[in-house]
Amino acid sequence: MSKKFSLAGMITKDGNSLDLKTGDWRIRYPVHLKEKCKHCMLCVVYCPEDCIRHTEDAKLLGMDLQYCKGCGVCAKVCPFDAIEMKSDV
Amino acid sequence: MAIRERLSGNEAVATAMKQINPDVVAAYPITPSTEIPQYFSNFVANGTVSTEFIPVESEHSAMSACIGASAAGGRVMTATSSQGLAYMWEMLNIAAGMRLPIILIDANRAISAPINIHNDHSDSMGARDTGFIQLYCENNQEAYDNTIMAVKIAERAKLPVMVCYDGFITSHSVENILLMEDEEVKNFIGEYTPEEYLLNPDRNISMGPLALQDSFFEFRKQLADAMVESKEIIKEVSSEFAKVTGRNYGLYEKYMLDDAEVGIVILNSSAGTAKDTVDELRAKGVKAGLLKPRAFRPLPYVEITNELKNLKALAIMDKADSINAYSGPLFSEITSAMYTAKLDIPTINYVYGLGGRDVKTDDILTVYEKLLQIASSGKIDQVKHYLNVEE
Amino acid sequence: MIEIRWHGRGGQGAKTASLLLADAAFNTGKFIQGFPEYGPERMGAPMTAYNRISETEIRIHSNVYEPDYVVVVDDSLIGAVDLLKGLKEGGAVLVNTAENIEKIREKLGNFKGRVYTIDASKISNECLKANYPNTSLLAAIVNITKIMNKEDLLENMLESFKHKFSRKPEVIEPNMQAIKRAYDEVIGG
Repeated sequence: MSKKFSLAGMITKDGNSLDLKTGDWRIRYPVHLKEKCKHCMLCVVYCPEDCIRHTEDAKLLGMDLQYCKGCGVCAKVCPFDAIEMKSDV
Repeated sequence: MAIRERLSGNEAVATAMKQINPDVVAAYPITPSTEIPQYFSNFVANGTVSTEFIPVESEHSAMSACIGASAAGGRVMTATSSQGLAYMWEMLNIAAGMRLPIILIDANRAISAPINIHNDHSDSMGARDTGFIQLYCENNQEAYDNTIMAVKIAERAKLPVMVCYDGFITSHSVENILLMEDEEVKNFIGEYTPEEYLLNPDRNISMGPLALQDSFFEFRKQLADAMVESKEIIKEVSSEFAKVTGRNYGLYEKYMLDDAEVGIVILNSSAGTAKDTVDELRAKGVKAGLLKPRAFRPLPYVEITNELKNLKALAIMDKADSINAYSGPLFSEITSAMYTAKLDIPTINYVYGLGGRDVKTDDILTVYEKLLQIASSGKIDQVKHYLNVEE
Repeated sequence: MIEIRWHGRGGQGAKTASLLLADAAFNTGKFIQGFPEYGPERMGAPMTAYNRISETEIRIHSNVYEPDYVVVVDDSLIGAVDLLKGLKEGGAVLVNTAENIEKIREKLGNFKGRVYTIDASKISNECLKANYPNTSLLAAIVNITKIMNKEDLLENMLESFKHKFSRKPEVIEPNMQAIKRAYDEVIGG
């Protein structure tokens, strides 16, 4: 049996979602409009890929495009129109 | 010290389960295996075992619960028959695909329709390619012994095991049996210590993931390889068992086969009946013999083919019919192995005993008579025969 | 090897009787088989059960077709079922009946072997105040087959009843009484 394949596909390492660059799937990307942002953190909670970066004291820094798959949820839920989706292609 | 007892097949298996004391038993009753969860739930209620008994609402759920419990790290068993096994089918594949050492007791029964509660092998033969190891048993002693050995085989091979014995004929017939001491069973099977399990607080793991074009094939190959490797594991465990009990089991049993000219391949209880027929024939100077596979999965095709090579005529007996306009499953597989081994012996197929049609020594005798004709003429008029059926 | 076929009706305990006999023979060191033929399990429908008793391991797993002994639990089966089918000429038939043995012999036609009768229902009614002919038939068939002697039978059954009726010890003695009577009261030959 090749070492590359674990027994029955068992995943024995945690935190391995970091290995999967979901950003590859993207056809749209979010732009963070800093002047409108009130740092409410709603987009952070909604992001399915947990790729919106922020400081420990809740200051939004921007999106990690390696993992952002361009779903647009963040732009949709932002109460201040502080995230704008742009085409990647 | 062996304990001399008289038990039915179901009682014997329930006793083995009591001695194994698994972590979880999840079962849904169905004739003729009903007595197993019935006896076992008594053991649970009386505190004889420390097992968590899950009385599920269907066989699909029984196997699902077994899969969950086994993945969690438990030693897990269930029992079923016929339609129950059919209803489990989807989950059987998952149990094997996830490489979980679940023990399934199958009191073999016909598959409907028409509805019938009696014995044949249609149920387990229908599940032959699910990735379960299948051990077939001639009598209650073998059912008991194989249930105990199955635990060790499953855990070492990381494959589920199905222990198959004939419904009613074995399950409900009281016969002499030699039981092991509780302590002997406990020492023989040892503690189950899975390498990986979901309830391990020190490791976060995930089981049964999605695997697509880039890896699914490799995982299925792993499973196929495990079945190949299980052959040696069965032999190993059986020789360890022989050291404790003195009872020897291989991948198959042969009876008067070495110098035989006419032979049959036959599973389970009818093999016992056929041994009496062989004795009758031998007394008349006829060189008759038989081979009884114990492991049908893995199929010891090289070994079996090698044992058959000196026969002048061979009948492969199927207590299940493949509705394929050709032959029963045992015949298809063994003749295919013979072909690749370039073993050219006149071979015929008999389908027998469906739905509990009784198989007498005289019925088996007609098979040997047919073989003697073939051995002397070298001619086969037809490949597939039905034993004792009204046309 | 001795082969026995029991004929009864569903609910009369022919299966239990065959298992009791298997038990008793097992206790004297024999190899045994005891099994019923399961059909549509209806109360009152004719049913059969079987025994094999042997000094050596029993490998055959078919029903019994040429019994050495036939036990008829219910005499209303005479004429309704082919009770003597396959019965060996040197064999014997035991019938649970209140009728005269000559009458039973006549009803069974021209069977050349031995015929025995026992009024197991009467014995049961008198000893147990209920119709459980099983144990009485068991004693009678042991007497006929000579599978074991009377002392062994009594010792055996006492052990088995002590176990079986551990919560109802008052029924042990009446059952033992029935066994003793049945062993002695079986007639024919």
